[in-house]
Amino acid sequence: MEFSFLNELPKIVWMLIGIAVFLAVIGLLLVLVDLPRTRRDRWQAFLFLAPALLLLLGGIVYPGVRTTLLSFYDRSGETFVGLDNYLWMFERPEILQVLFNTLLWVLFAPLLSTAIGLVYSVLVDRSRFEPIAKSLVFMPMAISFVGASIIWRFVFAYRPADQEQYGLFNQIVVWLGGEPRLWLLEQPINTFLLILVLIWVQAGFAMVVLSAAIKAIPADMVEAARIDGAGPFNLFFRITLPTVWPTLLVVFITITVQTLKVFDIVRTMTGGNYGTSVIANEMYSQAFQQGQTGQGSALAVFLFVLVIPLVVVQIRRMRKARELA
Amino acid sequence: MSNRTPEVEAAAANPEIPVPRGSAAARVRRRLSGSTASLVALVIAVVWTVPTAGLFISSFRPAEQIRTSGWWTFFASPEVTLDNYRDVLFGSASDGRLASYFVNSFVITLPATVFVVGIAALAAYALAWTDFRGRDWLFLGVFALQIVPLQMSLVPLLRFFSQGVVIGGVQVLPAWELTGAMAFTNVWVAHTIFGLPLGIFLLHNFIAQLPKSLFEAARVDGAGHGRIFMRIVLPLIVPALVSLGIFQFLWVWNDLLVALIFTGNSAETAPLTVRLAELAGTRGEAWHRLTAGAFVSMIIPLLVFFLLQRYFVRGLLAGSVKG
Repeated sequence: MEFSFLNELPKIVWMLIGIAVFLAVIGLLLVLVDLPRTRRDRWQAFLFLAPALLLLLGGIVYPGVRTTLLSFYDRSGETFVGLDNYLWMFERPEILQVLFNTLLWVLFAPLLSTAIGLVYSVLVDRSRFEPIAKSLVFMPMAISFVGASIIWRFVFAYRPADQEQYGLFNQIVVWLGGEPRLWLLEQPINTFLLILVLIWVQAGFAMVVLSAAIKAIPADMVEAARIDGAGPFNLFFRITLPTVWPTLLVVFITITVQTLKVFDIVRTMTGGNYGTSVIANEMYSQAFQQGQTGQGSALAVFLFVLVIPLVVVQIRRMRKARELA
Repeated sequence: MSNRTPEVEAAAANPEIPVPRGSAAARVRRRLSGSTASLVALVIAVVWTVPTAGLFISSFRPAEQIRTSGWWTFFASPEVTLDNYRDVLFGSASDGRLASYFVNSFVITLPATVFVVGIAALAAYALAWTDFRGRDWLFLGVFALQIVPLQMSLVPLLRFFSQGVVIGGVQVLPAWELTGAMAFTNVWVAHTIFGLPLGIFLLHNFIAQLPKSLFEAARVDGAGHGRIFMRIVLPLIVPALVSLGIFQFLWVWNDLLVALIFTGNSAETAPLTVRLAELAGTRGEAWHRLTAGAFVSMIIPLLVFFLLQRYFVRGLLAGSVKG
């Protein structure tokens, strides 16, 4: 069967119908809102909020409660098993490996992304090439994790030693006199190579945010330090770092939250095989591939619990930053 | 965000300004650290660019060459072809047939973006400018929902679509047995749900900053909230709507997890990301398809990135905690 645009037409039509119906509903709602001749806001507020509340209650609040309940039940969702699913997480060696991998991700990805983003934004700051230099590092942020993973799988591609390498990494290894290897299968190095992909994506985010913070440092402060004879290192550690510190923490925590939920990279790079699985990936394979709803739900709840303290800190910092501004 | 570079600041920090320095050694050290700095920056820039460039170059090389030599040999004997793109876009189903998935990606992304922007704008307006009891608590609640990982919703939401709602053995709502193109509705609804908390939060911040006098004048003239929203608020918040729209568009376009679960991996509705991840899994060494395929999936985000960078950055910074 050839690709033909005619086969695609029903999709486009359905999309246009979907959008048209949506706009019609919103239009009708806006007309209905003004119909009653009352000065009370309650009815109007309700109509404005109704679509959002319906979706949020039905799509996040109720499912969240349901998932929490399911985590105390077995795979059928009918037999109460207490804390079994949580005990399972900490007893099974393969799940302990998953938790340990997630720990590795959280230890390395946020720290290195933030550090590289900071160093890079300081180095290119006010240089002639700043705009393009920043674009280059920021670009990975635009593409999907799936795309990024394919880019890096190609870098780590492997050919037997007697053939010519086409993966850049193995070619460099060969140039340096080493043996080409299936890097994505080598434990525990493969987890670090996956972490590298996330760093590659997130450093651009850190760089852009930190660069803005660096540019906001008062010029007279920098000048005063210079006149006092501060060198680049002094300038960095005495002026730049303390000033951007609050922003740095926000960036760090934001990337940590993203790291905890990482799924796409693991899925595309190794499928979670060869000892590279993480919580989000394990949740998917337990709940949707193996039909272990209870265990999958327990992993989801565990992920949620890990995220909560980070977001609390984040909100507190954001509020403080807003008060300062 | 990144263009905030007043000349004054730049001049003040200009490293060329002669600063009295003690010894020649200090000057040497300074120059040395200057070149080390450039080197480090260069290394980072290279590591961040070369992998993408390698894949990009490879996507235009003949399949036979991709299989037998590294892309860096391309410069010695350049040979360019569009065959990889033709095959992966329009070839047989096992080659990928990405053109069809490209359409799927669009059909998923466009409504999911319009829905979120529309519904969030309405809700944000009500939370900012209508008066009812419990409004602030409601806003706080919506704000808090941002932190719930979407993993918490997946199982029950999928059940809702496939089994409907049953309370005490009574079928309250039927299952959504949507087939063909109509099956896209599931993934639209899922993406809309996951996009709303952030969308409402962003637009609320923007709408709440509009001057109060604007609304008072319109109220005195007898305009209801519907009219005020349409005539006054909407035109004023266009930049915020665009930022949110771009962020949501890219998020949905690049998403893998939600699509995997709510399109059921079917050729009819699955987007590019799902198909690519699948190709990478089953045909991990078919690089002539994967290279071209990866760029097919990246072209839209890259266009958005280069053409709308300012909006992109703003939306991205605001939405960095989503998911």
